[in-house]
Amino acid sequence: MWIYEKRLQYPVKITQTNAKLAQVIMSQFGGPDGELAASMRYLSQRYTMPYKEVTGILTDIGTEELAHMEIVSSIIYQLTKDLSIEEIQKAGFDKYYVDHTLALWPQSAGGTPWTATYFQSKGDPITDLHEDMAAEQKARTTYDNILRLVKDPEIADPIRFLRAREVVHYQRFGESLRIVQDNLDSKNFYAFNPEFDMSADCGCKNK
Amino acid sequence: MTNKPCRKDLLHWINVVSFSVDDAKLFLDTHPDNQEALAYFHEYSKLRNHALDEYAKYYGPLTVDTTVESCSDRWNWINEPWPWQEGGC
Repeated sequence: MWIYEKRLQYPVKITQTNAKLAQVIMSQFGGPDGELAASMRYLSQRYTMPYKEVTGILTDIGTEELAHMEIVSSIIYQLTKDLSIEEIQKAGFDKYYVDHTLALWPQSAGGTPWTATYFQSKGDPITDLHEDMAAEQKARTTYDNILRLVKDPEIADPIRFLRAREVVHYQRFGESLRIVQDNLDSKNFYAFNPEFDMSADCGCKNK
Repeated sequence: MTNKPCRKDLLHWINVVSFSVDDAKLFLDTHPDNQEALAYFHEYSKLRNHALDEYAKYYGPLTVDTTVESCSDRWNWINEPWPWQEGGC
């Protein structure tokens, strides 16, 4: 269950369109390290997660990523709002325009459509949390790359907010990994998979 | 007499206190026994709920749960701009 809140987690007010930048920033909507993949990753992984702290963090970060997707989408929308056909052609936005006009569609900056293969839901908490920590760092790098291309403070400001959240999420996933390991055999974290091997004394059931 | 808050300021306040709630919530997921964080969460959660009610009263609801009964016979949720639009939140 989700409830919509009619505001952005961080405000976006862009007064100057820029289709070229929109095409680049689009990667954080539907690209390999974008917010859509992030949200789907965590919201898919949480069902079989045996530790309640981690189920909570996957649910709450997965939800926040939906809000981040809305921020990125709002940036793209405002950067391409009311573009003329001349502006579209000049910015090289014509290849996107021909399939989607000025609507939002999840693809990478290079034009690859969004795909579920951008993330894994592996069913092993150590494996999944390593992926989640890597994903936050990959998104942080992408925002750093975007910030090198952006000069307009109206665009850079919300991008910096999103970048900072990647760092916080990385921290929370790191703590989650520690919680998982605290519940496992410290001599061999991989002795069994607590999402699958339900031995009676594994201590991995929801406490 | 009503003390109508400025829309822009109230919205900014909602963003500020909501962020505090969002961030404390994630921290509490992995530190569920942290008393300082618990107190912080409850303080900002109260401020947020109050601000959302205030906003709904003067400028229309941001969530379906803060919809207030008014003399209007029309569904007003669709009237206020969406967050990505000009004048939106």
